[in-house]
Amino acid sequence: MADRVMMKGNEAIAEGAIRAGCHYFFGYPITPQNEVPEYMAKRLPEIGGTFIQAESEVSAINMVYGAAGAGARAMTSSSSPGVSLKMEGISYIAGAELPCVIVNVSRGGPGLGGLAPSQSDYFQATKGGGHGDYRLIVLAPASVQEIIDLMYEGFVTADKYRNPVMILADGILGQMMEPVTLSEVKDLQIPPKPWATTGMINGKPQSIINSLGLAYEDLEKINIRLQKKYQEIAAHEIRFQEEETADAELIIVAYGTSARVAKTAMIKAKAQGKKVGLFRPISLWPFPSQRIQELAQAGKRFLVVEMSAGQMVEDVKLAVNGKTTVDFYGKLNGTIPSVIDVNNAIIKCFASQGVA
Amino acid sequence: MEKIFGRPEALQDRVLSYCPGCTHGIIHRLVAEVIDELKVREKTIAVAPVGCAVTAYNFFNCDCQQAAHGRAPAVATAIKRVLPDRVVFTYQGDGDLASIGTAEIIHAANRGEQFTVIFVNNAIYGMTGGQMAPTTLPGQKTTTSPYGRDVKTAGYPIKMTEMLNTLEAPLFLARVSVHDPKNVNKAKEAIKKAFEAQIQGKGFAMVEVLSTCSTNWGMTPVEALKWLENNMIPQFPLGIVRDQEGGAR
Repeated sequence: MADRVMMKGNEAIAEGAIRAGCHYFFGYPITPQNEVPEYMAKRLPEIGGTFIQAESEVSAINMVYGAAGAGARAMTSSSSPGVSLKMEGISYIAGAELPCVIVNVSRGGPGLGGLAPSQSDYFQATKGGGHGDYRLIVLAPASVQEIIDLMYEGFVTADKYRNPVMILADGILGQMMEPVTLSEVKDLQIPPKPWATTGMINGKPQSIINSLGLAYEDLEKINIRLQKKYQEIAAHEIRFQEEETADAELIIVAYGTSARVAKTAMIKAKAQGKKVGLFRPISLWPFPSQRIQELAQAGKRFLVVEMSAGQMVEDVKLAVNGKTTVDFYGKLNGTIPSVIDVNNAIIKCFASQGVA
Repeated sequence: MEKIFGRPEALQDRVLSYCPGCTHGIIHRLVAEVIDELKVREKTIAVAPVGCAVTAYNFFNCDCQQAAHGRAPAVATAIKRVLPDRVVFTYQGDGDLASIGTAEIIHAANRGEQFTVIFVNNAIYGMTGGQMAPTTLPGQKTTTSPYGRDVKTAGYPIKMTEMLNTLEAPLFLARVSVHDPKNVNKAKEAIKKAFEAQIQGKGFAMVEVLSTCSTNWGMTPVEALKWLENNMIPQFPLGIVRDQEGGAR
């Protein structure tokens, strides 16, 4: 039986994780994601799970390392400044190839920044953030329902590739309430984890969770293997949504909260007679470059809308590779673009790009 | 012929990566002997630090996780919470535990996490080549205290065992040394108690082991053992400072 309930985005992160079989949560308070640890602190003991309020985000992410290394589905959540603190641990987790989910309910920066929603952590999430040649699988929900769905997909994908997954949300998604359908999860899809450190019981060979490759050739081999895995992920884990792109002359590219504003602006522009579509990347890494390239080759022009000074726009430009024009409209930290703002940007594009 | 002495099963048959004269080898052996005597090798999970013992997973014959610098207590916390019937221990040096990882060790101890900590204090950074540690003695010369540790600007050696003894939760806290056979035996007793505390589900236990670093101290191994006895022990007094089973000492 599926339950239809009203839920806050942050609660959906927690409930979605629990339904995905995550019984270990490690976190540290930071606004605007506090409902996640609060929900976990209440729920996990009821189902025999473990909630630890760690002494810092640094400690929390290293607890995720330990739990994931011991074979459990584990997660942490935080917001931008806290996620920066986790970067060392995330690099180790990627290096040791441990499956887990890290949630960033992002807020404005740099520095302590503000509490209001922002999308200015795109670079950090998709381009590294921590040291070394590693990749996170980055998923960006745009509704509370999608948060629930992607928490499940996140854990399954993390286990499938032994790779950390980041759910990149923002303060709006974390704080808003929407109706969601909570379906019963029938198949948790937890693969066997013979590599986990569960003890050398019944003749199991020694398991070592490690990201050290002291010898030069060792480290090269490790990195070649990691890159091969990332290529595999890039080939199979692209997620995006297209609306009205078939006959569009201009396609808005936006993710998360921005995509919702962009959709309303698209509807308004269509009513004004403009041929506009929407392309919403759901996987920010791997980025749906190939599909954008196809759309560019078909002559579509692009307008990227972000709540940042322009981060994802670089990936769109790389995909378009000069085939057509890419414009950008960004709202800086703390403010959300209005439908009128985006609609004006669309009209401006049509004027400057010479689109009829 | 009866075999009366051999390698503990909990130690792998490998050449240790430690310098000649380093006491890490003795401490590894003591931990391995205790694991064997308690018959818990198959269910033991070690957490290796960053420092000279970073590759401890190559030496201990049990499952191991290698932790980021200083974070071993956070990693061990989670392993033990996921697998409460396993035996978990961290093996950390003074830079790892008493400098970059002070928050992790204090809070793991304060939560009363049920794992065992082997804290190897040799008053210097070994792996990186002899820099000042939080436990470096006043006046001690290192590559980053070339004029000797000046307590006016670099502070005093941190006594981690005494610091953790201010907390309510820890069950067993002891400082031992391995500079002579008598103390090696005492060290083993303390390590055994620290593992027993965990196995009996009683709480957090840490054994601080005073250790030598003849390479970075610039001494022969024999001189280093003497230096430890004459200089470190007055600064870091030996003994069991907390044994809740036997009452406060």
